[in-house]
Amino acid sequence: MDAIILQILNGLDKGGAYALIALGLTLAFGTLGVVNFAHGALFMLGAFCAVVFNKLLTLEIVRVDPTKTTPWGSPLEVKTPYVQAMLGDWGKVFIDYSVPVSIVMAIPVMLLIGIVIERGLIRFFYKRPHADQILVTFGLAIVLQEIVKHFFGANPIAQSAPQIFSGSLQMTEAIVYPYWRIIYLAFSLAVIAAVFAFLQLTTFGMVVRAGMQDRETVGLLGINIERRFTIVFGLAAVVAGVAGVMYTPIVPPDYHMGMDFLVLSFVVVVVGGMGSLPGAVLAGFLLGILQSFASMNEVKALVPGIDQIIIYLVAVVILLVRPRGLLGRKGVMES
Amino acid sequence: MIATNDIVLHIDHVHKTFAGLHALADVHLDIREGETHAIIGPNGAGKSTLLNVCVGVLPPTQGKVMFHGTELTGLKPYEINQLGVARVFQTPEIFGDLTVLENVMMAMLSHRDGAFRLKLVSRFDEQGEIGQRAIQALRDRGLGGHIYHLAGALSRGDKRRLELVMGLVQKPKLLLLDEPTAGMARADTNATIEILRQIKESGMTIVIIEHDMHVVFSLADRITVLAGGRVIAQGVPDEIKGNPKVIEAYLGEEQV
Amino acid sequence: MKHTSKLADIALLIGFAIVVALGPVIFTPIGAGYPDLLQKFAIYGIFAIGFNILFGLTGYLSFGHAAFLGVGSYAAVWSFKLLSMDLLPAVIASVLLAGLLALAIGFISLRRSGIYFSILTLAFAQMCYNMAYSVLTPITNGETGLRVLRNDPRHLDAAFGYVSPMPSLLGLQITGWTGFYICGAVLVAAFGLSIAIFRSPFGMTLRAIKSNQNRMGYTGYSSRPYLLSAFVISGMFAGLAGSLLAATDPLAGAERMQWTASGEVVLMTILGGAGTLLGPVLGTGLIKYFENIFSAYNEQQLTAMFAFLPDGVREAVVKTTGLFVGEGWQLTLGLLFMAVVIFLPGGIMEGINRLLGLKHTPKVKSLGDSPQRDGLGEMVIEEMPPSHGAAEADKKVAEQKNAEKKRAVAP
Ligand SMILES: Nc1ncnc2c1ncn2[C@@H]1O[C@H](COP(=O)(O)OP(=O)(O)O)[C@@H](O)[C@H]1O
Ligand SMILES: [Mg+2]
Repeated sequence: MDAIILQILNGLDKGGAYALIALGLTLAFGTLGVVNFAHGALFMLGAFCAVVFNKLLTLEIVRVDPTKTTPWGSPLEVKTPYVQAMLGDWGKVFIDYSVPVSIVMAIPVMLLIGIVIERGLIRFFYKRPHADQILVTFGLAIVLQEIVKHFFGANPIAQSAPQIFSGSLQMTEAIVYPYWRIIYLAFSLAVIAAVFAFLQLTTFGMVVRAGMQDRETVGLLGINIERRFTIVFGLAAVVAGVAGVMYTPIVPPDYHMGMDFLVLSFVVVVVGGMGSLPGAVLAGFLLGILQSFASMNEVKALVPGIDQIIIYLVAVVILLVRPRGLLGRKGVMES
Repeated sequence: MIATNDIVLHIDHVHKTFAGLHALADVHLDIREGETHAIIGPNGAGKSTLLNVCVGVLPPTQGKVMFHGTELTGLKPYEINQLGVARVFQTPEIFGDLTVLENVMMAMLSHRDGAFRLKLVSRFDEQGEIGQRAIQALRDRGLGGHIYHLAGALSRGDKRRLELVMGLVQKPKLLLLDEPTAGMARADTNATIEILRQIKESGMTIVIIEHDMHVVFSLADRITVLAGGRVIAQGVPDEIKGNPKVIEAYLGEEQV
Repeated sequence: MKHTSKLADIALLIGFAIVVALGPVIFTPIGAGYPDLLQKFAIYGIFAIGFNILFGLTGYLSFGHAAFLGVGSYAAVWSFKLLSMDLLPAVIASVLLAGLLALAIGFISLRRSGIYFSILTLAFAQMCYNMAYSVLTPITNGETGLRVLRNDPRHLDAAFGYVSPMPSLLGLQITGWTGFYICGAVLVAAFGLSIAIFRSPFGMTLRAIKSNQNRMGYTGYSSRPYLLSAFVISGMFAGLAGSLLAATDPLAGAERMQWTASGEVVLMTILGGAGTLLGPVLGTGLIKYFENIFSAYNEQQLTAMFAFLPDGVREAVVKTTGLFVGEGWQLTLGLLFMAVVIFLPGGIMEGINRLLGLKHTPKVKSLGDSPQRDGLGEMVIEEMPPSHGAAEADKKVAEQKNAEKKRAVAP
């Protein structure tokens, strides 16, 4: 029993990441009608926002302390991060909280990146076939990740969660759940809720939803749907970006983490139903949990390797049994 | 059961609902061998839906469609086509990236070789007399000048004509035409009537959906009038002309 | 006169074979005249030719073709280990296994079209890749890669008393120039097969599916088996390329199945021109050539190259160019990818055709609508007094008749 609860919990935070990425993908499909293979790269860029922010915070002043020497007899170099030198203990706290705090930086950066990509590239592809969209965004994904690789190298760069969240919650004897994963789950739920609230409660959101249903009619009403869609794309980038930021303490980011997530997120979107936001969220969590069940030793002993392929198997079954996905409408993006 | 063997298409109490909307309600209709049967009715009457049910695009909600004693319900479009039912669409459906000749040859090859045959080595342009016959068919229908043009570059009228040729070369037992003259100028309409008359005289069974009463009365042996998804009248042209129900259905919007 | 088009195809094939045969001479001036590189051209050319049969003709964009290449490699190495060091059993095993895998993946993926198809193929390839690194380690040897060992059983070789330290074909070692000519011969054969398929009723049916799949049903065709055949055929080409890859370097690793490898074959095909005969081979040559040149550069070479520049400027130039060469070759590849899709959706072949004025640019520019015939084919078709027996004169007569008819009918 405990093991099952633990697996559900484990699946939830991964599911949260899938759901957030799939949400952004679906927003971009539904509104712009664009298949964005670079969406995973946006997740990766978000994660590297956290890395950059942490690097900035930990830039150090090096001073030589003449009163002390190292065991080798040379003068001791004292390294103090600027932030700490300037803000004292507050600086320490800042550095400790660099991951959550970097969201503040990631939001405008990702919004800007999203808008630049949409205005500079994607909008020229609205009328082109999906194959072209896939190809050009695929190229973009390669470019983005190679740039990151150039500056940050190929190795994962570990980020740590704030000290107080680095422990685990002892729920029962057998259930130990790292605090940060709880945070991540809560965070993803909050972001999902915010996106839905934005779409449901604001006029802007209403227009966007109407546009997802029937783009032409909304266009005919004389509403400048294009500009809104640009913002939606920026929003999708932000959602992917902050999902990436918060994920860094769970899995150290490297330049190709985006593609790994992208493939899975596409599967999530297909399972949830192309163009359905609730479908994306539902499928994200469902697949996250399924995957975590599949990686239980008992299950793996039964069906070796199932953890590697469970998601794809589910996708295959869903597509064969219910081609439009769990909550999808019929015929969306079929040709 | 009266002499069913001369009935080509038997539409047996067909219903079709779209989310509560009764597009077809209890449509019962027999198409006889060799006749030209027109289906008319105001816009939204369910004429195209009826055709879609016949060729397997839409499954009927209730009822069935029999073609020479074979039930069509549940068959795929290609199976229905292979049985000998050809269809010409309301909006032209052709292979735009293929030449006109290739379009016609494609239509012929599916009936010589079947729905699937892996022919990897023979050349498409050396398929016995098929090329010859395709060219002849195109010339006969006034498309001789466009044989090597891309079909997608044809005018709308020529596309329709091409579709008609694609249907005819399959030597179908039943030809279904959905508004073959819609949007045509008078002269083109007359040319089309002429072509259809020739086809009719060759003895082919034709179902034609048509808005233009001039076309209907020039060609039809029998007429079925649909309105609101129901058959409201059926008979030879003279019976239909004077039928008050029909006039009411059209409310004078069409000149009979 | 009757078989102009057929003659042109034969001429094209012969010309192609001559270029391949003279490869060592032709490619020496551009610094590509050595066997390892030319061999790579040939092998990836086969891969791209096969991919083009699916993507170029049907428009179905598979993002998982590297899986078939990888499986082909593994199958070949196993054949070298268990059966014989000879290439023939390896090729047979690879092609069969890749074909079977393509049958299974295609059967499921082809139930959907458009982007669903792309995503499904991508997902399946990732699944194969993941499995190669995990459960299938006993077969794939995981990250180390599968290699041929001296004491492998090789039952066939043992039975015939044949001993060869390296993969070979009927006693010929697949190394150096012999290796290139073996791969080159297979490339020519693959190209010939591709011509045959392009010109066959099967090929025409695939084009028709690309043009209007909806119409296929009403024309009496069942599209699915045609698509599946195309998918399996292209998978078999990939398997063939995989076995040659294993023969020239008898070590198979899972990285050959990664999505980047799938993306590369897409790029090679569209760069040359999807749906054209020569395009994929051209695209492959170009990409492998530049990969070879670009990835070989390092900082010292760049510094030496830009020695004529003043110090400060030189450093900046070396730094920026350094982004794109050596390790940075992938970046160049990504940029190239985008540039081709944005500016030249029809690929190099379309560019050539445009330059020669052979074909007016299609109204809607896109990969989907890219001209489906290469320059040569198009030229032939336009000149061809067709084998159907209709001559230009007939055409004119028909036009006149047509006009008369119209006049007669008009009121
Ligand atoms: N696929 C569909 N989904 C929902 N409603 C449809 C569909 N096709 C047709 N209808 C509706 O069914 C009715 C009949 O349409 P149709 O058969 O096209 O009429 P007609 O061809 O006689 O003009 C119309 O009210 C139309 O809106
Ligand atoms: Mg209609």
